[in-house]
Amino acid sequence: MSFEDYSGVWVFIEENEGKIAPVSLELLGAGRTLADKRGVELAGIIIGENVTGLSDTVFEYGADKVYVYDQPIFQLYRTESFMKALLHCSEKYKPEIILYGATSTGKDLASAVATDLPTGLTADTTELDVEEDTGLLLASRPAFGGNIMATILCKKYRPQMATVRPKVMKALQPEKGRAGQLIAEQIDIKEDDMRTKVLKIVRETTKKIRIDEADIVVAGGKGLGSEQGFELVHQLAKTLGAVVGASRDVVEAGWIEHHHQVGQTGVTVTPKIYFAIGISGAIQHIVGMKNSGMIIAINKDPDAAIFNSCHYGIVGDAFEIVPLLVKEFHKALHGEEVEV
Amino acid sequence: MLHIVACIKQVPDTKVIKMNPKTNTMDRASAPAILNPYDAHAVEEAVRLKNKYGGTVSVVTMGPPPAVKAIRKCIEIGADEGYMISDRAFAGADTLATSYALTKAINKISEIKPVDLIICGKMTIDGDTGQVGPGIARRLDIPPLTSVNKVVEMQKEDSYLVVHRKLEDGYEIVQTTLPCLLSVEKEINEVPYSSFPNMLKAARYQPVIWSVNDLEDIDRKQLGLKGSPTIVAKVWGPPKPEGGKILEGNPDEQVQQLLSVVLDKKELFAEMRGSK
Repeated sequence: MSFEDYSGVWVFIEENEGKIAPVSLELLGAGRTLADKRGVELAGIIIGENVTGLSDTVFEYGADKVYVYDQPIFQLYRTESFMKALLHCSEKYKPEIILYGATSTGKDLASAVATDLPTGLTADTTELDVEEDTGLLLASRPAFGGNIMATILCKKYRPQMATVRPKVMKALQPEKGRAGQLIAEQIDIKEDDMRTKVLKIVRETTKKIRIDEADIVVAGGKGLGSEQGFELVHQLAKTLGAVVGASRDVVEAGWIEHHHQVGQTGVTVTPKIYFAIGISGAIQHIVGMKNSGMIIAINKDPDAAIFNSCHYGIVGDAFEIVPLLVKEFHKALHGEEVEV
Repeated sequence: MLHIVACIKQVPDTKVIKMNPKTNTMDRASAPAILNPYDAHAVEEAVRLKNKYGGTVSVVTMGPPPAVKAIRKCIEIGADEGYMISDRAFAGADTLATSYALTKAINKISEIKPVDLIICGKMTIDGDTGQVGPGIARRLDIPPLTSVNKVVEMQKEDSYLVVHRKLEDGYEIVQTTLPCLLSVEKEINEVPYSSFPNMLKAARYQPVIWSVNDLEDIDRKQLGLKGSPTIVAKVWGPPKPEGGKILEGNPDEQVQQLLSVVLDKKELFAEMRGSK
């Protein structure tokens, strides 16, 4: 394998019902930095039906080139068909780096593509950098349940691939009218050859609270002792009009459902205010909330790691502090006294 | 009769593991080795399908000799057979090399009895990647279905399987052909306490153990550290961003200080106060 044949940074552009997934735009921002550092082009790859028009947005968010596979067979995501398009494009144009959102689709696609190429794939990356001269991608991620950070390299194969969590990278400000080169591609796959069929898509947007879209998140950890203790978090959240978050062990203990989990294996959140109550601050959790506007930590243990990642910290007993907060916030926001 | 294979792994319990802060290495002795929690759901789902449609559940793992314990745990859950590939040649494998070795093991298992369905947990808690399952599916050229949170129905005769795949904002109902590979979410089932007869059976159970020499047509260059494209170049402790301001005073004073900084975020609360 001659690495000199490989050039350019690619971002897989994930599309759902005609809209580009926000993580893809974030990755264009991250990809732009890598491409500039290497002095190479940034490209987006779009696979779908009636998706060619999305390329304008991809250019506006920083891409120099867009490869499009616009065919009816790609109407809905399937590993089998999307993988074939990506392999086709990658083998034809040989990028040095391909980035995917760490979404159900992105992770599924990247895993399949990596096996077939074959190449290395780093999952759930939270930091990306590239060595200017060698082009070696430095993909860093929390490891061992968030106990350490690790930088993963893929020295012997190209392209180098990584999936990146939503909301960890920042999208560029779109530049209206920014244009680039559109390359329309096609592959020959027949529906009859497909073994998988999507029978129906059920959206549940209104049913579940989207913790990743909340302005205020009040999150609790194992330090609250029990499911009853965790009630404090619900009370403060209610007072503030916030959404409840939780650490991984709280979810595993069954105090709250998984879609409230903040962190590497949960949801990445970027609220304006984040409360971490009784959360020790494993890096696994930190990477899921560190981009919050204001982080407030309340913990009994003055040595808890969370105090290294907060803007304001209170060393104290949550059972004493949080009821006071509920009372005072209630008074300030709702103008009435409550008994807590 | 169906033959379902669940892929499992013994992992250190990362929740209790201690790190050496100087070297950033794990003190493995500090953490008990457990069956990867996601894999318990994979095995449980295989057992449920067996109970519903009839058949056999085998589990397969790659690991050092003590990983036999994880296989016994699966027998407790209700698996019938356990297979382990264990050899120094497998050591240091990343997800690509792991999926290669496990595929070779599954090929050998299917010579004993053809495999209709493979189930993996969503990910392991030590690697956190979720890439081994799809890798095995690609190598076997069978459809991979990840993020599965419900198996709706399965028919071996018509080679037919319908599942729900979890999406960011809902789920999709997908039909595929058998054989195929599922990687399952935790919500797919609850793993009940083991039954006494299964516990007795598990205590005595000896899995089949294969070394690299027992696997046919194996390319040693694709195994272990040698066959792994990704390498860990550097590990470091949790980043220490500049510590925040610790609020001083008694609880009342702390709360008052916090209140004033939070309420200073006027754009957040103006609307709320205005409505009252």
